[in-house]
Amino acid sequence: MQQTIQQLINGLGLGSIYALIALGYTMVYGVLRFINFAHSDVLMLGAFAAFFLAPMVEKALGPQSVMGAILVIILAAAICACIGMLIEFLAYRPLRKRPKLTVLITAIGVSLFIEFTCQNDAVLGSATRSFPKLLPEKQFTFGNLVIGSTDILVPVVTLLLLGAMWLIVQKTRVGTAMRAVSYNQQAASLMGVPVNRIISFTFGLGSALAAVAGILYSMKAPGIEPLMGVQPGLRAFIAAVVGGIGNLPGAVLGGLLIGILETFAGGIPGLSNYRDAIAFGILILILLFKPAGLLGRATIEKV
Amino acid sequence: MPFSGAKRWLIVGIALAVLASFFSGEMNRYYLGIVIDVGIAIILAVSLNLINGHTGQFSLGHAGFMAVGGYFAAWLSLHMGANAKLFFPLSLLAGGVLAAVVGLCVGIPSLRLRGDYLAIVTLGFGEIIRVIAQNTEAVGAASGLKGIPKFTTLGWTFGLAALTIYAITALVNSTYGRGFLAVHDDEIAAESSGINTVRYKVTAFVTGAFFAGIAGGLYAHHKQFLSPTGFDWLKSVEIVVMVILGGMGRTVGVIAAAILLTVLPELLRDFAEYRMIVYALLIIFMMLLRPGGLFSINLKRRSSAA
Repeated sequence: MQQTIQQLINGLGLGSIYALIALGYTMVYGVLRFINFAHSDVLMLGAFAAFFLAPMVEKALGPQSVMGAILVIILAAAICACIGMLIEFLAYRPLRKRPKLTVLITAIGVSLFIEFTCQNDAVLGSATRSFPKLLPEKQFTFGNLVIGSTDILVPVVTLLLLGAMWLIVQKTRVGTAMRAVSYNQQAASLMGVPVNRIISFTFGLGSALAAVAGILYSMKAPGIEPLMGVQPGLRAFIAAVVGGIGNLPGAVLGGLLIGILETFAGGIPGLSNYRDAIAFGILILILLFKPAGLLGRATIEKV
Repeated sequence: MPFSGAKRWLIVGIALAVLASFFSGEMNRYYLGIVIDVGIAIILAVSLNLINGHTGQFSLGHAGFMAVGGYFAAWLSLHMGANAKLFFPLSLLAGGVLAAVVGLCVGIPSLRLRGDYLAIVTLGFGEIIRVIAQNTEAVGAASGLKGIPKFTTLGWTFGLAALTIYAITALVNSTYGRGFLAVHDDEIAAESSGINTVRYKVTAFVTGAFFAGIAGGLYAHHKQFLSPTGFDWLKSVEIVVMVILGGMGRTVGVIAAAILLTVLPELLRDFAEYRMIVYALLIIFMMLLRPGGLFSINLKRRSSAA
């Protein structure tokens, strides 16, 4: 029982990170209907941005201050938002009128380009580096349960950002415009919605979320390297599909589900070797029985 | 369409392969290795072209089918003892058939998926195959399968490459094969004109997987070593790049791209660290500037082949 609760807590921590990444996927998919394969690489860039920013901020504000950590996260998120918008402008915008498959292939190209450019020794190199401690870490013990401060921090941040995203999408003018673009790009532009700016904004927002997720992931992971985004990125994408792609609460639900299942599978001796395959197994099952995802609604294809 | 023409090419191809294999003994081993690599790449690219190019389904798991065929054929050869060489063609066939069966298993659940969903499922399927290979003691688990006998010759490789090209061209150009193009052009329209799109998609998957499995068997008996990491999704991407560069659905272009992308990295060994960056840029610029493939200019007259 003790162990089960412990695993549940660990799974919740991992799942919240997947959920945060999945939020970014789902927002971009919701507006543009294509998988931004480069999302997981923006996550990696966010982690590296924090890696380089942290010493500077530390010099100014002293080590491991709460203000400093927030500043690092905000700066990294801003940098990644710019990178995300740049990617959209250079690679995806020229292809807006082309078949979806073309954009998907380009996204794979962009992802590979970022990964392998960063792996080059002249850029970041493929060595693993240890991520600086942004916040003092504490461990709370309840009986036999051990809960680290990051285990609490991550789900809280995820919930806060989910709430913020929901407010943006449902309650603001930009959000209304995003929903309009998602519903029908042409009609939205006829009604005076600046489609390009809205799509750019969506990419920026999604990339900022990826940066935050990257930093939280690095706080738990042993080190950061240029390919660090690939595995969590794939799982988060699967989480978005499992929850119903385009649906914000669905992304969080999917992320938690995959994180928890994966942690539990890691504890079962025979299954632990197959950890990497579990998320894909869940994906195939979900697509077989509920292709629209858990919270998604089936869409009728228009001709 | 050119049924007899295709048959002529088959005969020419196999004749050339047999002829070449007579001289292979005198060839430099290094060059011979590269030429065999080219042949295997052609089989892989042409078979993926049936799925991604002709049928318009985006599969990112071709390396998975290759792994299934390769591992199974190698395992058979290792357990056959002295007679293994005699049964080499049968092992290859068995590898291909098993890959086809796996292709059927992937094809059926993915039949209700389109575009990017299918890409993710096939990617995931490739990963699952890799994880299974990594955890199966019978095929060497993570340390890989060693000591596979070297049976792959120039003749076998190019004979099978010619057969693959022939089979897939004949299939696509047959009356039945028009269905692949219909699925490619507009799935909904094809469905509403009474074409069983699901069946065509599954057929494409199974046929593509079969030939990828055969290529895997040739690869295993050529490199004499298989490791699960050799079949990760970057290998699939490599094959996809061949199809994109050649122009999706253009067999001649795809063959040319397979040759180019196998020979080029060997010539540019000093720049090996930039290889994947160049591949990535190739994908992006091809999509932005020449979505019809690098060689599309020569084939413009045959617009029906798109």
